Amino acid sequence: MGILSKIFTAIRGGAREVGETIVDANALRIFEQEIADAKNALNKAKGSLTEVMAKEMQTKRKITAVENNIAEHEGFAGEALNKGDEALALEIAEKIGEFEVELAEQQAILSTFVGSVKALKQQVKQAEKSIKENQRQLVMVKTTDSVQKATMAVNDNLVNNNSTMSSAKESLDRIKKRQQDRQDQMAASQELYDQDTGADLKAKMADAGIGGSPKAKSDDILARIRAKQSS
Amino acid sequence: MDLQALSIKLANHDQEGMTFESIFITDDVLQVVVDQNEELPIYVTATEEQMLCITYLFDEKELKDNVTAELNASLLKLNVPVPLSAFAIIEGKYAIYGSLSVSSAFDDIAHELVTLGDNAIEALETLEDYLA
Repeated sequence: MGILSKIFTAIRGGAREVGETIVDANALRIFEQEIADAKNALNKAKGSLTEVMAKEMQTKRKITAVENNIAEHEGFAGEALNKGDEALALEIAEKIGEFEVELAEQQAILSTFVGSVKALKQQVKQAEKSIKENQRQLVMVKTTDSVQKATMAVNDNLVNNNSTMSSAKESLDRIKKRQQDRQDQMAASQELYDQDTGADLKAKMADAGIGGSPKAKSDDILARIRAKQSS
Repeated sequence: MDLQALSIKLANHDQEGMTFESIFITDDVLQVVVDQNEELPIYVTATEEQMLCITYLFDEKELKDNVTAELNASLLKLNVPVPLSAFAIIEGKYAIYGSLSVSSAFDDIAHELVTLGDNAIEALETLEDYLA
């Protein structure tokens, strides 16, 4: 049974005690062990594979060499026959016979190596698949564990602080109030900014006769004229 | 990035004026408050594979009578369009969560946390009618 269906069954049951773990620590260890075993098997299979492939290549080289020898000696035997040296030709033929025995032996060896390579490649594939599968399942187990840790921590935190989670409606009201407060603050500071830089300041400056208000100027002129008349 | 590193980086991070306050409530669980919304803290846990960010929305006991099936079906439909986050039920509590690879860059994690925080508030506002 896959881990997803185990988790699903546990969740659907819903009869768990609070804090009871869905996936026990044993399951975690088993997955980790299986992954470690598969990795071991993978390394071994890969090691054997390179060894066997090297031997396979060696054997192929030997076969080529023996085949070359056979071809070469067949040529020699032909030459001996052409020269009418039956005895030498026979001797060469015996040598060829020896080569052929060796060839058959090497071919038998090669076929076992070819078989081993095929089997080992299969093992490597199998181990890789098994590792991937176990890792995928392990992620599910660990995530479930992670969620539980968070939930338990939150529950413990509430108990320790002797409080209960406030209702969602209360939370929402507080958040909305905070957002409103922030907007009000921003509006207030905007107002202050306007006052400091805008109309308010200009009005104050005009009152103080700063900033070249035309009214202030004509007042000044009139005052000057009056001062002249009275002197 | 592990949770320790995340916590330190968050303390010094300011994203468009939003601040992050994070504390470890246990060795494995980091509580993050985004933009002072302490009512909807985000709980962050990490495995070798992924970082999981969960915000609890409300207890199923807070729901009005006979709305559970309709709410659940609506949330399943809502899951796809909601950016980066998905809805869940964890031990009787409705939650919204997001997960990302532990190898994510800090900016991605910060973005995830801000988005999750926004999604949580918007979800509560949207689902208010279902609450008793």
